[in-house]
Amino acid sequence: MKKAEELLNKKMVVLNMGLKNFKESLDTQGVKCIHLNWKPPAGGKKEIIKILDRINSSKILLNRIKKANKKVAQIMMNAQPYLVDVRPAIEVIPRMTKNTILHAGPPVMWDKMCGPMRGAVLGALIFEGKAKNLKEAERLVKSGKIKFSPCHHHNAVGPMAGIISPSMYVFCVKNKKYGNVAYCSLNEGLGRALRFGAWGKDVLKRLIWMRDVLGPVLSKAVKKMGGIDIKTIIAQGLQRGDECHNRNMASTDLFLKLITPALISLDEERKTILDVINFIGDNPHFFLNLSMASCKATVDPAKGVPYSTVMWVMARNGTEIGIRISSLGDRWFTAPAGMPKGLYFPGFSEKDANPDIGDSTISESAGIGAYAMAAAPAIVGFVGGKAQDAINYTLEMYEITTAQHKDFLIPALNFRGTPLGVDVLKVVEKQVAPVINTGIAHKKPGIGQVGAGILRGDLKLFEDALIAFAKKYKIL
Amino acid sequence: MVVNVVKKNLYMDSVFLMSLSSRIKKMSGVEDVSVMMGTPENKKILSNAGLLAKDGQSAQPNDLVIALKIKSDIVKKQALQRIEQLLSQTEEEEKEEKEREITSTDEALREYRNANLVQISIPGPYVRREAEKAILNGKNVFIFSDNVPVSDEVFLKKLGKRKGVLVMGPDCGTAIINGIGLGFANAVPRGDIGMVGAAGTGIQEVTSIIANYGCGISHAIGTGGRDLKKEVGGITMDAGISLLAKDSRTKVIVLVSKIPSPEVKSKILSKVFSIKKPFVILFLGKDYTEGEKKNVYFVKTLEDAAKCAVAISKGQRFNSTEFDEPLNKIKEKAKNLRKKLSPSQKFLRALYSGGTLCNEANLILTEKGIKFFSNVPLENSQVLKNLEKSKGNTTLDMGDDYFTVGTPHPMIDFTKRNQRILQEANDPRTAVILLDAVLGYGAHPDPASAFFPAIKQAKTKAKKQNREIIFITSITGTDLDPQNRARQKEKFEKMGVGVFPTNAQAVRFASMLIK
Repeated sequence: MKKAEELLNKKMVVLNMGLKNFKESLDTQGVKCIHLNWKPPAGGKKEIIKILDRINSSKILLNRIKKANKKVAQIMMNAQPYLVDVRPAIEVIPRMTKNTILHAGPPVMWDKMCGPMRGAVLGALIFEGKAKNLKEAERLVKSGKIKFSPCHHHNAVGPMAGIISPSMYVFCVKNKKYGNVAYCSLNEGLGRALRFGAWGKDVLKRLIWMRDVLGPVLSKAVKKMGGIDIKTIIAQGLQRGDECHNRNMASTDLFLKLITPALISLDEERKTILDVINFIGDNPHFFLNLSMASCKATVDPAKGVPYSTVMWVMARNGTEIGIRISSLGDRWFTAPAGMPKGLYFPGFSEKDANPDIGDSTISESAGIGAYAMAAAPAIVGFVGGKAQDAINYTLEMYEITTAQHKDFLIPALNFRGTPLGVDVLKVVEKQVAPVINTGIAHKKPGIGQVGAGILRGDLKLFEDALIAFAKKYKIL
Repeated sequence: MVVNVVKKNLYMDSVFLMSLSSRIKKMSGVEDVSVMMGTPENKKILSNAGLLAKDGQSAQPNDLVIALKIKSDIVKKQALQRIEQLLSQTEEEEKEEKEREITSTDEALREYRNANLVQISIPGPYVRREAEKAILNGKNVFIFSDNVPVSDEVFLKKLGKRKGVLVMGPDCGTAIINGIGLGFANAVPRGDIGMVGAAGTGIQEVTSIIANYGCGISHAIGTGGRDLKKEVGGITMDAGISLLAKDSRTKVIVLVSKIPSPEVKSKILSKVFSIKKPFVILFLGKDYTEGEKKNVYFVKTLEDAAKCAVAISKGQRFNSTEFDEPLNKIKEKAKNLRKKLSPSQKFLRALYSGGTLCNEANLILTEKGIKFFSNVPLENSQVLKNLEKSKGNTTLDMGDDYFTVGTPHPMIDFTKRNQRILQEANDPRTAVILLDAVLGYGAHPDPASAFFPAIKQAKTKAKKQNREIIFITSITGTDLDPQNRARQKEKFEKMGVGVFPTNAQAVRFASMLIK
């Protein structure tokens, strides 16, 4: 009766959930009362609540889940991603063939692909020399000779349309702690780019230069350096105003600073070196693809931890958004892709926007990007908010994640670690969907990026995942 | 000795590491410390300071070097532990001022550890989840919500007992703890009368009468309406009695409830008789017990419960009376009023917002031998079949589920009661309309004014048909309430509504008009 006796003798401090007038009554009486804007758990969905209740009432199960989630967070935090090489996709990506095109997000067939992804596929086929023009490229696709496969099924990721064709150079990032390697295409720069579904001459010309000059030169420089520690660049980037998804300015500069001496020391023409340096330096998102490969290398070992309810992958293909859960392995849970809210370039509006697209949510899966928005106040202007909004987004994500990153720290939050490891249980119970930072592609193929913005993952994904989890572990 | 620990590939900002080092330096037994990234420049600095050991020499620029100069292995262990802690930032975050709205119970419980009560008025089926979290965190709970399954109530109360917290409710309308009103409560002075009650308006009526008769309340603990049923076993009443027995402010304890199940009743009574403090007990029901046994007083109305406690508090003897005013004066008043009624006007129509008040009315009417029908009958012969239409003498608890589907409680929203007033006034057999006006926190800000349009229209309409309807009300509340009892009384009297000090007196007077 200790607590009850205290209530009768101490100053009352009340948490109120439900009717707000009760808080007002207490305010009138001069009592400190905090009002909680209570909402039904799991949106009041009975099946989901039943699963949550079953889990919550079993200490053994709760303990197993907690341990498993802790392990997943540890695996992600312990990762040591190093850029070890830059190679053509066909040479390094597992199960890549001459006729394979990798794309972003969960699996999607040609007839369901959105405009920008189709544009990027056709552009890539012309780039590969498999077709002379769009018509030929489209005929080739329809002939069924081209095999489509998600990047994620090949230890790879790609931003926006995420197209990787056989001869494109890719970053090879090795996780030295666990030995796995992940791959990501090289970033083409802003505006009209293949990843946004643009295929014009300018786009193709740049892709060819990237294949013939940029890729080989970077490969030599990286090898000369014996690899580059990407995690350290991310950690420093967060201290310098990047969140390493939609803002990569500081980290791009850090990368350039690290690689420049190696570039200069290569036996290449000065002009070539200068072109490479300028290409990297002029593209504030150059580091994005490195960060993505690094995040992919970070999360892959976290797959398949029994009982873990942590999301290890979130990705979108412009038609659907998909997530994967550690204990449920490679299985995708999908829902229609959402529409970002954001700012648009001059001449474009949300009418032009394609639904959410890209593998870049691998950043959030690894505890940076939108979850680290508090570290990048500069970005909220781009996503249409105030600096406090950025902090609030990060604070909110702590509510649905399982750990705080030990190495990725946020200055504005007194160096608190970033929220890491989205927990399906928390998402579903609290009905708080993970936030996503993203670029916005034009819905028609061939145009490119039209803006950038923010949106939330679909709660249905997490509910479906929870039901599958319950079935697997015979909770229902 | 000098010890270096190298953490491979762990980048930390130098300013952060400097502040960390200065914190570690303050630990006793630590002679010197520096935590730095292993760059060549930094290693030179460490070396110059005599802090570089063999392990540190091989550190790379991306490696974190912890360099310690300490006296013993124990200090080394402690310092390293503390450094790990600071590096991983798992320390409790200081609560920051934030504009973000809190939506999760977990977060609220974590952020506001000093809260000692959680007040819950969410839909019944969800109560168990949230209340369980609160109780497990050592919080007392006040559950206003109804429609909570009885099994949930039993679960929560047993858990509360184990955790040493007070579980008031579910379906707990009122409590006054340490002078603070919870739910629908009246503003009453503090005093030496403690109370445990299973009935919301019951607690309101008793505490208000106590205040209006010059005494005060130490605590009034609500239990919820089902606490004394067999399934629940009176867990909260039992806890409440223990708390008040121990409480130094409380001199006399009032218990109010419907008649408990026999098992629970004997359990509660044996507890009561084991305590030295005087008790006033009201088991509201048809087969009530009355009388005095040692220093336990059994009474039969809310009014008597309050007045008996007041007498004990003041050290006086308690005598039950029907009215505050002399009986002959009351009789005279009744006689004069009866003259105004036409021969067709025979019946009483009582429209209550307070369930316990309606219950009390039914008991008094039964005792007076008056036949009536009600939606909260005491026996089968009193069942009102069609709640939309009154029959003979009728008493209605309009806070009952039937009347509140989709609308707020009649203590807050007067629409339905006003409609019913007009309906009763249209019936040529209606002689008396009996009302209650419940004041206090959470209640309507001005009940008298809320009734005004309906009462005025009812009177005008009746007058046109050469009838006069007699309106009577009690006011549950005090002059300290936001609505102020005296001002409400004045307003009612201006409208020609007879105001009585208690519900019991209002019912007794009404019964004199229809006999």
